[in-house]
Amino acid sequence: MRNPRSSSVAFRTAIYLAGIAVSVLLIAIFLSLLLSSRPALVANGFRFLTGADWDPVTNTFHSLAFVVGTLLTSLIALVIATVLALALAVLMGEYFKTGVFASVMRTAVELLAGIPSIVYGFIGLFFLVPVVREVQIILGVPPFGVGILTSAILLAFMVLPYSASIGREMVSLVPMDLKEAALSLGATPSETIWRVTLPYARSGILGGVFLSLGRALGETMAVTMVIGNSNSLTLNLLAPGNTMASLIANEFSEATGTVYLASLIEIALLLFVISTVINILGKLVINRMVEAV
Amino acid sequence: MRFHRVLATAVMVSALAGAAFAQSFEFTGAGATFPAPLYTKLFDQYSKEFGTKVNYQAIGSGGGQSQLKNRTVDFGATDVIMTEKDLAGAPAAIVHVPMVAGAVVLTSNLPGNPELKFTGDVVADIFLGKIKKWSDPRITGANPGVKLPDMNITVVHRSDGSGTTGVFSDYLSKVSDEWKEKVGSGTSLQWPAGVGAKGNPGVAGLVKQLPGSLGYVELIYALQNNMPYAQVKNRSGNWIKATLASTSAAANVPVPEDVTKMSLTDSSVADAYSIATFTWIILYKDQSYENHKDKAKAEALLKMLWWMTHDGQKYAEPLSYATLPANVVSKAESILKSVTFDGKPLLKEGGM
Repeated sequence: MRNPRSSSVAFRTAIYLAGIAVSVLLIAIFLSLLLSSRPALVANGFRFLTGADWDPVTNTFHSLAFVVGTLLTSLIALVIATVLALALAVLMGEYFKTGVFASVMRTAVELLAGIPSIVYGFIGLFFLVPVVREVQIILGVPPFGVGILTSAILLAFMVLPYSASIGREMVSLVPMDLKEAALSLGATPSETIWRVTLPYARSGILGGVFLSLGRALGETMAVTMVIGNSNSLTLNLLAPGNTMASLIANEFSEATGTVYLASLIEIALLLFVISTVINILGKLVINRMVEAV
Repeated sequence: MRFHRVLATAVMVSALAGAAFAQSFEFTGAGATFPAPLYTKLFDQYSKEFGTKVNYQAIGSGGGQSQLKNRTVDFGATDVIMTEKDLAGAPAAIVHVPMVAGAVVLTSNLPGNPELKFTGDVVADIFLGKIKKWSDPRITGANPGVKLPDMNITVVHRSDGSGTTGVFSDYLSKVSDEWKEKVGSGTSLQWPAGVGAKGNPGVAGLVKQLPGSLGYVELIYALQNNMPYAQVKNRSGNWIKATLASTSAAANVPVPEDVTKMSLTDSSVADAYSIATFTWIILYKDQSYENHKDKAKAEALLKMLWWMTHDGQKYAEPLSYATLPANVVSKAESILKSVTFDGKPLLKEGGM
């Protein structure tokens, strides 16, 4: 007969090992990025973070253009996605919880997350870019079609499912008596949603938002096809730009020269650090909100 | 008695098997995407005739150079000659063998798809961002009779490291001092203007989509996509359109002692196209090195490269590559003969 004690010890050991393995993996990734980028850390120095040049001919490598590009595309995508996600969360969490239409919508939103990144890239290139180009022609600006705004719009649809699905769950979990209490006190349905439902579901929705941001920061293939791959620093949303992930995807396979290669790895390290910091910040914000509730 | 018979059979079988396997080798190569269609055809043909198989990965000229330096491939392929610094950083001496020649053309997207004419300095200034509109007098002056709209020029360049960029920027550095100083030449550049796309197909696709755009692609891509490409005024003052003949003409010059110093761009030959290049196969000068000690295999590699520069040339033109002129072929022969194994030349006198 199996000793229940030893099997639970085995089980506990197994899950401890899994936890330790994951933590060790994270640290190992960080260390290997750090070590591989050492020639660049030495050669580029602090200017790497503040300068805007990326010149393989003179071996001058600075990251500011790409950090700005990454943050601009991700944050704009996040704003667009959050607005849409809130609408979808309320619609699916409040009004269409059951029924055929509800399940169709739910499946559709979740399927959006399953579409491969490169397929999004093609859709963006063949459908979104011409539309943006037409708008640019009407506005009288250079009709690139590709650019920061285009990739932000594409990213918004890619990260929408994460905040919409979690938001829907959170909204549907709001206790009925809270909503009834508000309504009985004279609140209109929309006031109930704004003042009661959404604040209650706030922490969960925010968690979904940060998940979306994490995905947007690292998204490579779709972005590289519609961002225009221009390595210069720009704040003009209608102009082409570049992101850290897209830069690495473009230049890694042909990068010759130790400092060039190490600088690309340094960009990867920077992206890793920025993503980690944002994730930690997100956790802190959510914890603070959960406590408040 | 029975054991002897079994042993004899086993020895015979293994000898036959050894003899059979001795003939077919497998090589790995990596590098430039520009000649990839031709190499695929050549390796396929060579394997049909001689049994040798080649696994070629088109990862780009830079990738080919670094894989060879890391000794993970038997040979590399590159559109641009390795720099002094890269050669010094390699574990041993590397030789470049010329294979075929190709041209880089300027393709545009304008209403009516007119055939345009450019001088070198105008091209440089467009890519520097100094000439911004199609209606600029320097462009209309060279193109009388063509109705050029008052549109912005959108420059399209490569976003990935590329030999095509290397050749194009080498040409621009020769025709424009400002380009040489501000940007320079190389496979990856800090472009002053424009939008980037990945690979030759990416640039071709983006130019096709963007009205008013101007980009540079290998000749084959412009031909295959039915895109208009411009005539360029060469150093002798003639307007030349890129063809196989004008590309070969650029190569028809006295070959210097060190063939790698031969740059085909901005050629002064009368009927030569200005933006042409050889593409090279790179391998170690001494084929005996760590993890690579098979003499018969090295000899087979040289024989294949010999075939590619001789009999294999007939497959080039149907695929829109320009064949090597005779004086360059004899240079290739002497380079292949200089390849050694443990200090002794591998190919006998007279080649194959």
